[in-house]
Order: sequence, then structure tokens, then C-alpha cells
Amino acid sequence: MSAPLYAEIGYFEPWWMQIAKALAIFLVVFNMVPMALLADRKLLGRFQHRYGPTRVGPFGLLQAVADIGKLLFKQQFVPRDSRKWLFIAAPIISMVTAAATLAIIPFSDTVDIFGVKTGLYGVDPSIGILFAFAFGGIAFYGLMLGGWSSNSKYSFLGSMRAAAQLISYEIAQGLSIIGVIMMVGSLSLVDIVTWQEQNVWLFIPQFVGWLVFLVAGFAETNRPPFDLAEGEAELVGGYFTEYSGGRFAAFFAAEYLNMVVVSLLFTTIFFGGWDVPFWDQPNWIEPIVVLAKMWVFIFFFIWVRATLPRLRYDQLMSFGWKILLPLATLNALVTAVLVVVLD
Amino acid sequence: MSDVTQQRSGAQSAIPGATYREMEQSYDVSYVEHPEHEELLTLNFGPHHPATHGVLRLISTLEGEIVRDIKPVIGYVHTGIEKNCEDKAYWKVIPLVERMDYLSYYFNAMAYCGAVETLLDIDVPPRAQYLRVAHLELNRIASHLLWLATGGLDLGAMSVFFYGWRDRDTILDLFEMSSGQRMHPRYFQVGGVAEDIPPGWVRNVKKFTSIFPKRLDQYAELIDNNQLLLSRLRGTNIVDKDTLLQYGVTGPLLRAAGNPWDLRKAHPYSSYDHFDFKIPIGTVGDNYDRYRIRMAEMRESVRIIDQAVDGLPEGDYITSDRKYALPPRHELATSMEALIHHFKLVTEGFRVPPGEAYYPIESPRGELGCFVRSDGSSKPARVHMRDPSFVNLQAFKPMVEGTYVADLIACLAMLDPILGGIDR
Repeated sequence: MSAPLYAEIGYFEPWWMQIAKALAIFLVVFNMVPMALLADRKLLGRFQHRYGPTRVGPFGLLQAVADIGKLLFKQQFVPRDSRKWLFIAAPIISMVTAAATLAIIPFSDTVDIFGVKTGLYGVDPSIGILFAFAFGGIAFYGLMLGGWSSNSKYSFLGSMRAAAQLISYEIAQGLSIIGVIMMVGSLSLVDIVTWQEQNVWLFIPQFVGWLVFLVAGFAETNRPPFDLAEGEAELVGGYFTEYSGGRFAAFFAAEYLNMVVVSLLFTTIFFGGWDVPFWDQPNWIEPIVVLAKMWVFIFFFIWVRATLPRLRYDQLMSFGWKILLPLATLNALVTAVLVVVLD
Repeated sequence: MSDVTQQRSGAQSAIPGATYREMEQSYDVSYVEHPEHEELLTLNFGPHHPATHGVLRLISTLEGEIVRDIKPVIGYVHTGIEKNCEDKAYWKVIPLVERMDYLSYYFNAMAYCGAVETLLDIDVPPRAQYLRVAHLELNRIASHLLWLATGGLDLGAMSVFFYGWRDRDTILDLFEMSSGQRMHPRYFQVGGVAEDIPPGWVRNVKKFTSIFPKRLDQYAELIDNNQLLLSRLRGTNIVDKDTLLQYGVTGPLLRAAGNPWDLRKAHPYSSYDHFDFKIPIGTVGDNYDRYRIRMAEMRESVRIIDQAVDGLPEGDYITSDRKYALPPRHELATSMEALIHHFKLVTEGFRVPPGEAYYPIESPRGELGCFVRSDGSSKPARVHMRDPSFVNLQAFKPMVEGTYVADLIACLAMLDPILGGIDR
């Protein structure tokens, strides 16, 4: 018997609803990117004993828009010796893969909209989290191809670092989720959240798995302290050294979009998604709950950026292979034993 | 460069219409100079690179992420200051030398003024000496703070960058108060200091010295207890003290390796022997020791500043010898002699008896020595600075060979070279 492509949802969504909700989710979450950018600058300012942007718009609120607008109107330089189509494709890959993962993030369970039963998520494929990992894996092609096709030595080193980081941390991240999957018994993110609603937020029983996933998530977003591929001080931007204008803005926005997506994954997998404990929350508040939890993690991302220095290449590798991978494996093993024993 | 390289570069650049690619290849010396390694990559750091602290150019040969060879290329901010000095009257040279090592301007002025005072054989009044010490140590803290700031940024700890600037700014405020300028103040004069300190300066200094150690504690909390930073700094780029001495390295780098050589103790100048302070030394000589040494030096500097402003003697702030120091303004209206001295000083300047002097002091980066040769005229025949950054940079290659690229940047940050001082 072949497995169904989609999880059993037991209802039918008309095509216009699928398009409408895809647009709604994309627009709402994509608008988190300039907000995250602004939050980054404002909060970093506060962490660093300065104000951050205050000039553009009221309280500097339009700073992110101004930044992106400025970049879009700049020359899009393509180095003469670069592989042009790869060079152009790389930022698109980064953006698309970052946005694609949004499709599986559940903002709420099925609700009635205009009398149509709708799941407040893009899709709920039976492969669930694997979908996110697949696109996370492809996302690194954006960095790697971008660095490689630039034909610059700095970019080349940056893309090599990105490749090493991908291999080291994808595995640990994948293994750290196995405990969750075994406890819930499903790969679907909707099922994971529903399970947490009925039982307990998964970061409590899966604390080690959560820690590994958190660290690997930082590595996946290329945020400090794992911004080696970028390596501002060493590689002058690393893989995007040669990028300018809109393409640079695409890489830049993809980094923040990745941060948003990974924060959403943290929220969904380990922190109960739309669930508010000890309260039977109404449906309309659930997307807001998800976004609020996401912002807590974005704050955490920024906090870490303000505090921690960059890792060194070999330390990153040994941390990934010698600490995170055994830890994730052990976590999966212990969870497996406990699940069987307690069942 | 070997003959092969010269042939290659010569042949290639001689081809008319040679592509950029071919030209670049001709500078790719790695294959020629290191035939035993096949997969080498020549990477050019700088002169415009965020981590080279100015315009240092590093031609590095990498094998993957590991540095196999490095060639520092300097001279991008060569401004001919030393030559310019020969065309200025002695007292007009001071603002020029201050601009060499642009982070330790008081030290440059001190070394130069010390050398000229040695030639003139004039005494500096004790108040001026104490004021000099207070300013020198404030400048040392400011310089170390900028090192901490940029070094933190190079390691990726970007908040430290702004903390460093914040505290440095309060020091610059003090400089502005005492001399009117935040940088390059031309406060030190031959024979003393340019002006007496304004009222309230001592109070502000005391305020700074009471706050600053607490700030240092905060930074130590942030950095010393941070496992990531420790693993980045510990055990990296070690060179033992004997090798460092062979390269002529002085200052915090040498002390980090365990050699307690500090000119403030070894050859006290400007009444440094009146003060009670310690010379922090390291044990291993890795980047962590270099970091700890400078942090400890800032604490010791605070102690010296406290002692200097507490025990500030009364009296003149500049020598009373009117041949070398400008007369007070009010004397000009009443004293013919003062008017003559004033006229001679601002037109020709003072004459210095023929001879040579070398005056070494302990700058934030090591032994800063000023050599002045006089031919008896009112302009120096030769001014030369032994700049510690220049000498210390020689030890960069043994420090970074065989380490990672990230350590190269960290080591450069801990080396703390100032290109203005190197190129002069």
C-alpha cells in the first residue's frame, strides 16, 4: 500500500482558498523580515550602549525599508570571471528555499473561513519536518554556488565553509528531531503541535534534542556565532563578497527570513506551536500566539549575536561532529528505549 | 621572489593585451615558492580589509584554511613625516610626530620631547612630569581600549567594539579638557607641557578612575567567562620569548611570553620611579596571554593615574628657562626681554647644541624610541622613530605559520599594529 502524499485531513479546500492562504502566510511572514531587521538593529544598539537607527521615519521604524530600498536601486555588479547564470541564480535559491519552508508551518488547526474548512498552514505533507530539512539542505546550495560562481578567493573560502557547516550540522539537526518524531509518532508538524496541546510542550521531555536543534538551527541560519561562511572580519562577507544591489539584498533578506523560519520551527516543534498552556484559546488568537513565540526566539538570536564571538572553522567542525552528533544520537537512543518501556 | 617568478611575471606582463586573469596568475607565487605543496592558494588580505587595522597588506599562502606563508606589505600610509621633521623648527615638529602612531600621540610627543630635552640638557619641572605621566597613562588606556574594541570585532564579539569606544570617549573628553583637542593635542612641550590643567580636570580624572575598573570587570565577565572566546584565544599563535627577543619584539607581546621588560621600570623616565605599579606578565605567550596582559595593564595604568593626580606637585608646568619655553602672556606687555624671547621662539625657534640622542619610552605597543640628531641649528638634522608596531610586525610570520585563517586575524588583532606608526 502506497502512503498518501498528504496527511489525512478529511476535508477539501477549494483552489482559491489555497492560493489565498498561501499569499496570506507568505505576506505576513515575509513582512516579519524587515521587522526582524529593524529589531536586530534596534536591539543591537541597546545591547551596545547606543540607540540604533532613530532618523528614518518615526523612531527609525522605516530604517529597514530604507536599507532594502537603497540596495534595490544600486548597481547589480556581476564579476567578469564569474559563472553568470549561477551567480544570478544563487540568491534566488537562497530566497526560495527560505520561503518554501514556510509552507509547512502551522499557524492554527483547521478553522472555518467563510464556511470553508481550512487549515491555517500552506500544506500538511506526510513527510512533515523532512520537507523543512530538504529545503534547508538546498538552501546551502545558494551560499555555495554564490561563493563558488563569484570566482573570488574570499567567496570560495566562504562557500567551502558553508559546505562544511551544512554537512556537520544537518545530520545533528536531523537526529535531534528523531526523539520528537518517536514520541509523537508522526512527521507532520500539525500532529506534533496537536500532540503538544494534549500532552506537554516537547522541550521538556526532549530537552537535549531541543538544545541540539537550537544550536544546529543557529548554524543553519548562518547567524553568529556560526557566521563563518560570512566571516565578516576574515573573509569580508565570505560567499557574498562579490554581490551588490538587489542580489546582495536577497542574500541579506534570506538570512533574516531563515531566522524567522527557524524561529517558527523552534516554536512549532518544541514550544507548542499555537498552544497556550492552561487556557482553551480561541482560534483567532492562535496565529498571533505562534508569531509571539517566534519573536521570543528572534530576540534570542539577536541577543546571542550581541554576546558571542565567532567560532573557528575547526572548532565548528569538532563541535558538530564530536559533541552535537553523539548527543543527538544518544538522545534518540534514550528516547527510543523510554518510548518502548513506557508504552 | 625566485628567478622563476620574475621570469613568469616578466614574461606575462610583457604580453600586450594580457588578460587580467593572466596578470593575476603571474603574482600567484605560491606554486613557485612552495613546490612541495600543490594545492596552495594565494590570498591577498588588504590593504583594504576590515581586519587589517589600517592599510596593512598581507599576502598569505593558504592550504585550505591553514596559513602556510605570509608576507606583510607595508607602506600604504607612508607620509614622509620623518623627512618633514627636518624642515621644521624643533617645537613645530611635535604635532608632526604625534601623527605617526595615531593612537598613542602623547607617547610620540613624549619620546621626541624627551630626546630634545636630553640634547638641550634642561630639567622638566616635577608638576610637568606628573602631568605627563597622567596623560601618558590615560593615552595607554585609550589605546588599549581601541585595541580591545577592534580586537573584539575581529573575533566576532561585536558588542565589545562599542563598549571600548564608549570608555575611550571619556578619556578623549579629558584630553579635550586639558589641551583643547581630542586627538593629536600637542600638549607635551619641550621643557614641560603646553598649559596647566584646567580646574576640575583632576575631579574628572578621579571620576574616570573610579568608574573604569568596574567597567573592566564587566568586560572581563563578558570575555573571560566566555568559552567561545577562550577557545579562540587559548593556545593559539604561540611564539616563545627568546624568538620574540631575536625579532626585537617588545611591549605587551614580549611580556605575554614571560619576559618582564618594561621601560617604565627598567629605565624610568618622567619620574615613573615615583609610582607604585606592577608589570603584568604572561606565561605561555598565546593570544590569551596577550589579551590578559593588556587588560591587566589598563588596571595598573589606572593606579598610576590615581597616584599622579593625587600627588600632583605644585609649581611650574613648564621649564622657567625662557630660551626654550614661551614667556607667560602677561610678561609680554611689561618685559622687553620676554618680548625678545617670544619673538625668537616663534620665528626661528630655539637652537639645539650639536649631538645625538635616543630616548626610548614604553608605548602601549612596546619600546618607542626617538632618535634626534642636531647640527646646531634650530631644525633637527634627523628625526627617526623606532616604532614598536614596525618591529613587532616582523614576528607576525612565525606567529601565524601553520595556523588557521581565523587565527591569523585574531593574532593580528592581538599584535595590535598601527600602520600610521609602521609607515610613518
